[in-house]
Amino acid sequence: MAHDIGREKDEGGGLAALIYDPKARGLLFQIILLLAVIGFFAWVLDNTITNLAVQNKKSGFGFLEEKSGFQILTTLGTFLIEARPGQATYLDIFWIGVINTLAVAILGIIFATILGFMIGIFRLSSNVILRGFATVYVEVLRNIPLLLQILFFYIVVLRLLPGKREEGMQVGLFGIDLGTIPLNITGLYMPFPVLGEGFGTVLMAFLGACVLAWVVAWLAKKRQEATGQQFPSFWVGLALIIGITAVAFYMMGSPLVWEHPEFRNEGPILRRGYQAGVGSVIVPEFIALWLSLSLYTASFIAEIVRAGILAVPGGQTEASKALGMSNGMNLRLVVIPQALRVIIPPLTSQYLNLTKNSSLAVAIAYPDIVSIFAGTALNQIGQEIEMIFMMMMVYLVISLVTSAFMNWFNDRMRLVER
Amino acid sequence: MKLRSAMGALTALGLALSATTAFSAAHNEGTLGAVEAKGSIQCGVSQGLPGFSNKDDAGNWTGIDVDYCRAVAAAVFGDSNAVKFTPLSAKERFTALSSGEVDILSRNTTWTMTRDTQLGLNFAGVNYYDGQGMMVPTSLGVTNAMELDGASICTNTGTTTELNITDFFRTNNMSFELVAFEKADEVVAAYDSGRCDVYTTDKSGIAAQRLKLADPAAHTILPETISKEPLGPVVRQGDDGWFNVARWTLNCMINAEEMGVSSANVGEMMSSTNPGIARLLGTEGTFGENIGLANNWCANIISMVGNYGETYEANVGANTPLKLAREGSVNALWTNGGLMYAPPLR
Repeated sequence: MAHDIGREKDEGGGLAALIYDPKARGLLFQIILLLAVIGFFAWVLDNTITNLAVQNKKSGFGFLEEKSGFQILTTLGTFLIEARPGQATYLDIFWIGVINTLAVAILGIIFATILGFMIGIFRLSSNVILRGFATVYVEVLRNIPLLLQILFFYIVVLRLLPGKREEGMQVGLFGIDLGTIPLNITGLYMPFPVLGEGFGTVLMAFLGACVLAWVVAWLAKKRQEATGQQFPSFWVGLALIIGITAVAFYMMGSPLVWEHPEFRNEGPILRRGYQAGVGSVIVPEFIALWLSLSLYTASFIAEIVRAGILAVPGGQTEASKALGMSNGMNLRLVVIPQALRVIIPPLTSQYLNLTKNSSLAVAIAYPDIVSIFAGTALNQIGQEIEMIFMMMMVYLVISLVTSAFMNWFNDRMRLVER
Repeated sequence: MKLRSAMGALTALGLALSATTAFSAAHNEGTLGAVEAKGSIQCGVSQGLPGFSNKDDAGNWTGIDVDYCRAVAAAVFGDSNAVKFTPLSAKERFTALSSGEVDILSRNTTWTMTRDTQLGLNFAGVNYYDGQGMMVPTSLGVTNAMELDGASICTNTGTTTELNITDFFRTNNMSFELVAFEKADEVVAAYDSGRCDVYTTDKSGIAAQRLKLADPAAHTILPETISKEPLGPVVRQGDDGWFNVARWTLNCMINAEEMGVSSANVGEMMSSTNPGIARLLGTEGTFGENIGLANNWCANIISMVGNYGETYEANVGANTPLKLAREGSVNALWTNGGLMYAPPLR
């Protein structure tokens, strides 16, 4: 449109016409800006390369192929990627770090969300004790620096747990012995799943059952919309998934063996305790980091949830009551869907914060990406720019993926106006 | 909207990168010139390692590494207090030096080939010959390192100790688990609570950190030394003038001890007719001027800081809490059967 107006003013055209044409002018400014940005980055890059040359430093990403010579604490990353010193490359080290960061971030987000929603709802409870507990929780946890909490949890976890040569913690309730948890200062020991032949088929059956359950749910919804009749699609779906997977599992001859951890109580003192490489273990460093990150972030999520619920007008509840809905249905179908619209955007920020805060792991020896890649590996290779750049990209990608997912979720939850 | 936020992120990244260009001007004039212009030396030290670089009760930096930096200040300015200290973690230290944040790094840093050749740094000498050792609770009943199969080991990240301990266990076909912390305080806390069977770092460091344990007497230092750890001051590569100052400050201190010149007798030694001492103290020749300093540079070092033996005994020697006896150790003078040897001033 604007283009046409410009034409009318100056029929013959020429350069002057172009300048008065808002579209062309806009394009010109865009090109100038683009050139300026490109020039700026070229200048930065050139300067950096020159300075690296002045400092006589290596550059490039060739170091990723080199073999590393240090050992990494047993964690999810080292279960998935073998990290034998002298054989693992720095690229392997990088991926182990990424996996460990993702592991603590994802599990932290899940736990923080569950806990945060509970505490947030408790803060609105009519029960004085619950409300008081939730208030104290939020005010204490969110007002103490996270690094202090991580160190505190770590030292407390270490001091509470039984020693390395003890089999675990005795658990009893009212004088009844409930057995021993295989948990000592070196970690929580669990069986390790050894997959046999045919497990892939079981996995396929499981995925197929999930699709089937989704189809059932979709059909049930269609039917409810058409006829108003309800169908317990959740329970049917769950039964389908469990049933089909179980049948496939037994038909394939149970292709899954659990390797149990081995505790030895004789021989030289150093060889006593749980044996390395048998079963799996969750180290106390992970437990302390995961707990402190989740508890800290949950205090912020609780406030977000409380704000979200309070943002739903009381008239909505009254209206749903008038329609004859129960308290549960009111919460599930009326209040929470509307509260979520307020909750999700700030919740995304908290998820991103938790992921970034996981870089504090280095303080307590959890081998996340900052600790092993920007710490040990960087000290051996010494190429700060490349390695810090790779790390920034890792956090950027994780954060962008989280944001993208939450934005998609937010769109689904948006008020649909008809 | 999305594009704009991406551009913002890129611009921020660009600014961060361009910050690395800020020091290039100082490089061209040489660190010595830049240091003289600003009136003090910025010295990178540890975050607290008793005997090497540590703050005393009054908040003053003390230690053998700190004394070396004071000696450089005495050589350059004739004032051993013209030095500022930057505490650095093991991880940050090389970045801080190569980015120009500190002029000299005197932070119990091991001289290795990679560091000397790949990081754009130069080691100016060795001010303490260390070696990696191991400490275990006496209750474990372990008497030598070959019995450590299956042990879990606490140490620091970003140091050669991680590599040495890995090499040692691999060489001897023993299994182990490594728990690596960023700061020494957390290593000590974890070891003290029983997370690990072994605490490993340089032997001087073990002697220092042992003092922080709940019951220092209940722990044994194993006899093995599993690595060579020559610790010394570091400067940036490609600045030979400053490198000479750093190297000869250390050589001055070692030569002074060998010739029997100390802070106590340097005044009367100024009139010595011994040509070696006369060259050392600058009453003969132009050795100081040749490296861009005053001719009495070495006399200043000795009178203000002391010779090598004096700083050793004051900071880490047998009469300090570290109790690292010098006699018979590799840190004794070469004339006493040790490795401390400096090229002559000639």
